[in-house]
Amino acid sequence: MIHSELLHRLIAAHPPRQDSLLPILHSIQDELGWVPPEATEPLARALNLSRAEVHGVISFYPHLRSVQPGRHVLQLCRAEACQARGSAALEAHVRARLGIAFHETSADGAISLEPVYCLGNCACGPSLRVGDEIVGRVDASRFDALLVALQEDVA
Amino acid sequence: MTIRVFVPADSSALSVGAGDVALAIAAQAAARGSAIELVRNGSRGLSWLEPLVEVATPAGRVAYGPVTVADVPGLLDAGFLAGADHPLALGLTDEIPYLKKQERLTFARVGITDPLSLADYAAHGGFAGLRAALSLTPGEIVAAVTESGLRGRGGAAFPAGIKWQTVLAAAGDEKYVVCNADEGDSGTFSDRLLLEGDPFCLIEGMLIAGLAVGARKGYIYLRSEYPHAWRTLNAAILRAREAGLLGDDVLGSGRSFDIEARLGGGAYICGEETALLESVEGRRGQVRAKPPLPAITGLFGKPTAINNVITLASVPIILASGAAFYRDYGMGRSRGTLPFQLAGNVLRGGLVEKAFGLTLDELLNDFGGGTASGRPIRAAQVGGPLGAYVPVQDFDLPLDYEAFAARGAMLGHGGVVVFDDTVDMGRMARFAMEFCAAESCGKCTPCRIGSTRGVEVIERILAGENRGTNLPLLEDLCTLMIDGSLCAMGGMTPYPVLSLLKHFPADFGLADK
Repeated sequence: MIHSELLHRLIAAHPPRQDSLLPILHSIQDELGWVPPEATEPLARALNLSRAEVHGVISFYPHLRSVQPGRHVLQLCRAEACQARGSAALEAHVRARLGIAFHETSADGAISLEPVYCLGNCACGPSLRVGDEIVGRVDASRFDALLVALQEDVA
Repeated sequence: MTIRVFVPADSSALSVGAGDVALAIAAQAAARGSAIELVRNGSRGLSWLEPLVEVATPAGRVAYGPVTVADVPGLLDAGFLAGADHPLALGLTDEIPYLKKQERLTFARVGITDPLSLADYAAHGGFAGLRAALSLTPGEIVAAVTESGLRGRGGAAFPAGIKWQTVLAAAGDEKYVVCNADEGDSGTFSDRLLLEGDPFCLIEGMLIAGLAVGARKGYIYLRSEYPHAWRTLNAAILRAREAGLLGDDVLGSGRSFDIEARLGGGAYICGEETALLESVEGRRGQVRAKPPLPAITGLFGKPTAINNVITLASVPIILASGAAFYRDYGMGRSRGTLPFQLAGNVLRGGLVEKAFGLTLDELLNDFGGGTASGRPIRAAQVGGPLGAYVPVQDFDLPLDYEAFAARGAMLGHGGVVVFDDTVDMGRMARFAMEFCAAESCGKCTPCRIGSTRGVEVIERILAGENRGTNLPLLEDLCTLMIDGSLCAMGGMTPYPVLSLLKHFPADFGLADK
């Protein structure tokens, strides 16, 4: 129950209504990087929902993570506009460099790789997102440089 | 004298280094003793030139781009703070043909103003629509929107005035305005450009919508893939509230309206209006059966005007300049302008706001300059992942809702993704089904199961497995998804697939029909 105090503070910051669920889940993930399973029960109690309803929401939205990610979450755009600019080759390069598939975390714990369907950067693709930063015009060499920076960043 | 320098803080500009360029310009100008005021504007929409830096000169704003950090010392040496010539100089921004040929009504301020400056907003025509609306009755506002011919810019193109009239006429003590900013279609980014470049325009549009339908509360549902837009939008709402634009006494009128922004969760389906409402209410984003229409039974069961960002952001100019002014742009039943988005493998990608009626060829070749790769264009997917692929021989199509529909395509939200002749259309057809399988909300079977079966049968066709049986099977599956799905996700995923089969059979190993 290491997160107990934090969870209660975040829950208390919102009105105790069902429509607060997604904003609270965002605030939990913003703080912790994921939504730990122990969040479900206090959320359900505070918002007068069943645990199944809370779990159903957490599991529905791809943005919400119920598994602790690596230090950096890297989302690679797989949508059509990036494909038209060569994202399939970039995707193969990224997977080979990291040695992981989508929804996996690199062995050193530095990077979790996720697919994303459009970052709205469609005239400057291929695009990826790291944390809250979007990176455009990504090719293999730009990715390799970014990867070195991320691997060195252990903060 | 302090010189104004503009470096966009738009996501696209930042994605290619605008943040570091801004820091470098500020630091190096200071080191040289040049007094500059750095304005972090929105994007002009010339994406291929980002980061596009502008300097205000007595003759007008002069543009340079694309600028990297390494270019900054040379630009300062050349005297770019005085608008001097340089290999990256593009001349006066307003004279760049790509911009000069546009008809910017909704995007009139985007890229020009400081997105978070209310003073800048007012100085560039902001609030004129709202002031006009405050002197009108709700019925008169709705009539103006109806007469303007404005149709829903999210893709469905439903007449906005008729939707508003339904909400206005609906009985209820509480009504809502909801802005759909869940711009999930690949190849579209006009909502984002507006949210990051002129958020007060959306807020003004929602205020007018609130006055029109009798709502005191608005929600903006923004996709979580837009972190920069989220920050800008929330900052804009806060400033609007502090300035008395939002709150209990809108601009001293005694009317009340406030806006709350909500962040989505990465689910494409939440761009479907009823799934969006479910999501705002705190549930899984699953589609509701219609009827009842959201206009009658919408958010929290109340009458709700739910509109796309661009629809709402087009309302201020309609109220400010009159319905006839807006209606005079366009062709047929497609009135006004549409901010087209040129994306994918295109030389000059970006935002082109034009009246309806120009052809796809003009858009992609005159504005877009063909492909970025220099190879011939093979096709363009118009209207997002649920839109048909349009082959080059159909590029004479005028950009008009009805003209596109007549040829089995759709304009949608105005996004156009260009592909060159190296594209494998069998792979794109498979992707259409794969995307639907990944993003289906799961509520109806044709979409949830059909999309997975679609991937499998396309794979079998591509592998040359029993094509004589599998091709009719795929066509049958597509018909079933079109007819049997609850919403456009499953109901329109077959359109890109069928358009590819029709126009590019060789990519599926099939002989030309």
